[in-house]
Amino acid sequence: MVPTDTISAPQLYLQSLSRWSATEIAFWLATLLPFFLFPNYLSLASQIAITALFALSLDLILGYAGVVSLGHAAFFGIGAYAAGLFSKFVWGEPISGLLVAALLAGLAGYATSFIICRFRHLTLIMLTLGLGLLAFEVANSAHWLTGGSDGLQGVRIWPLFGIFKFDLYGYTAYSYSLAVLFLFFLGMRRLVHSPFGLALRGIRENLVRMPAIGAASRAHIRKAYTIAAAVAGIAGALLTQTTESAALESISFQRSADVLVMLVLGGAGRLYGGLIGAIIFMIARDQFSGIAPQYWYFWIGILLIVVVMLLPNGILGGLSKIFARWSRK
Amino acid sequence: MLPPVFGVLFDGIAYGMLLFVLSVGLSVTLGLMNFVNLAHCAFAMLGGYLTATLVNDFNWSFFATLPLAFIAAATASIAFERVFYRRLYRAGDLDQVLLTIGIAFVSVAIAAYLFGTAQQPIQTPPLLRGAIDFLGLSLGKYRLFLIAIALVVTILLVVGIEYTRFGAQVRAAVDNQRMAGGLGINVERTFAVTFALGSGLAGLGGALAIEIVGLDPNFSFIYLVYVLIIVSVGGLGSIAGSLAAAILIGVSDIAGKYYFPELGAFLIYLVMVVILMWRPSGLFGRR
Repeated sequence: MVPTDTISAPQLYLQSLSRWSATEIAFWLATLLPFFLFPNYLSLASQIAITALFALSLDLILGYAGVVSLGHAAFFGIGAYAAGLFSKFVWGEPISGLLVAALLAGLAGYATSFIICRFRHLTLIMLTLGLGLLAFEVANSAHWLTGGSDGLQGVRIWPLFGIFKFDLYGYTAYSYSLAVLFLFFLGMRRLVHSPFGLALRGIRENLVRMPAIGAASRAHIRKAYTIAAAVAGIAGALLTQTTESAALESISFQRSADVLVMLVLGGAGRLYGGLIGAIIFMIARDQFSGIAPQYWYFWIGILLIVVVMLLPNGILGGLSKIFARWSRK
Repeated sequence: MLPPVFGVLFDGIAYGMLLFVLSVGLSVTLGLMNFVNLAHCAFAMLGGYLTATLVNDFNWSFFATLPLAFIAAATASIAFERVFYRRLYRAGDLDQVLLTIGIAFVSVAIAAYLFGTAQQPIQTPPLLRGAIDFLGLSLGKYRLFLIAIALVVTILLVVGIEYTRFGAQVRAAVDNQRMAGGLGINVERTFAVTFALGSGLAGLGGALAIEIVGLDPNFSFIYLVYVLIIVSVGGLGSIAGSLAAAILIGVSDIAGKYYFPELGAFLIYLVMVVILMWRPSGLFGRR
């Protein structure tokens, strides 16, 4: 045990942030509930875990570094197609597929991060949108490789660790997605509570001032963007592996918009914002699409308007405000 | 006789003119208030559906519906500005993006509910059907009409902004909002009027677009991308920039589809990304 007086105040602050609270532990225990309570909905639960991982990756750049991206699905799609093609042409072992997808998406993220880190505001939004649309058009026109609008055919995934087959009920799929989500959540949690995470928040709050106090803002943004791209690629690869298919939808603008909606709904700049947002969004979509699929976006639109007008920090922001007011009394 | 490349050029310019009418309003309001309005094409769609309904179900003349499309979109935009937009002028980009994407989503769902997801057919008046032969090129009459309208709009805008009192106020507010306010210009009202005019032009553009590109509930999003590309390439708040960018994008889109059909929309996105990387504030941008 190190005596407290040798630890500096910033370190103490970071340590206090990274302490696990009872709510967090309860949340992760609750993610195991679908195995017992809703065994028929494990495929949906697996989709939720994948989407949550995707939202988590966007949270790193949008919520923490303040880089608004309308094209994040590009990396999700790159990961999805990479995993699919890898299983088709090399072998179907899932873990190595994940790594390949992460590597490719990370490389794409690293390459584009040199563009991203130079711009802000509308130009940045337009550039991310443009790059995302470019990726979509590439996937669409490379019909010989990706199958275009028909989707990628012939994806065959081997059993996980050679033992657990991807079954129809999604038992393996959910365990696998949840485990990967939890692993990356731990990594992300460590990351945002590190000095690097603090620097990212500094960039979000004041881009001009950070270089003035000696922080290499652009390098930080590049790093964060690359990491976010790799994690998004892993989420995409998970989707391909658990559904044994990759569709053009995985790289579309719609997916970029959806993940943005989820993150903001849950609360950007909080680790659990993306997770809560993904859970609510996916369950609501599952329920509403059953009734009238074409009007699902009506409710999403209304939800967005309400969140922006009434809950500027998302559901978690609203809750923590209520909680703060309640505990002060 | 002229080679076919001029035919492609003509179609591209006509298409660019249409995109100009659709996007110039957004360019001016973005330059004025820095408000990222992704619902701009929802107002265009409103104008389009109004024209389609009046022509098809009520047998109105196509020409008579055009002013109505303008007025309807402008009126709707005033209502939205009052209720929603006004509160977010000082908010961050993200909030503005989210609110207006939300409005665009709702507009798509409402259009699908009221009119179905099929393309709306429209019967153009006999005057605009057919083509004129000019040195071996066949120039569509409707496209000539589009170019004429866009030229009239451009002249009106330039005269309005350069030579009227209101135009001077708009220019002052774009240049320096606080200073303009200090000189007694009511910046908020200036913005509201500009916003209504810009959305009205979008409504007009939506009505004019039916014949060229069709109209279905996804119009809000498909053309939003084009409009945003033009605005960011042309530079915020610049009418000349919007015109140049619209023609550039219109010609490259039509030429791309004609000469490299397998590339799809790849070419215009590439043009946009390259121009933005070269000049982040657009071709004619000042900031």
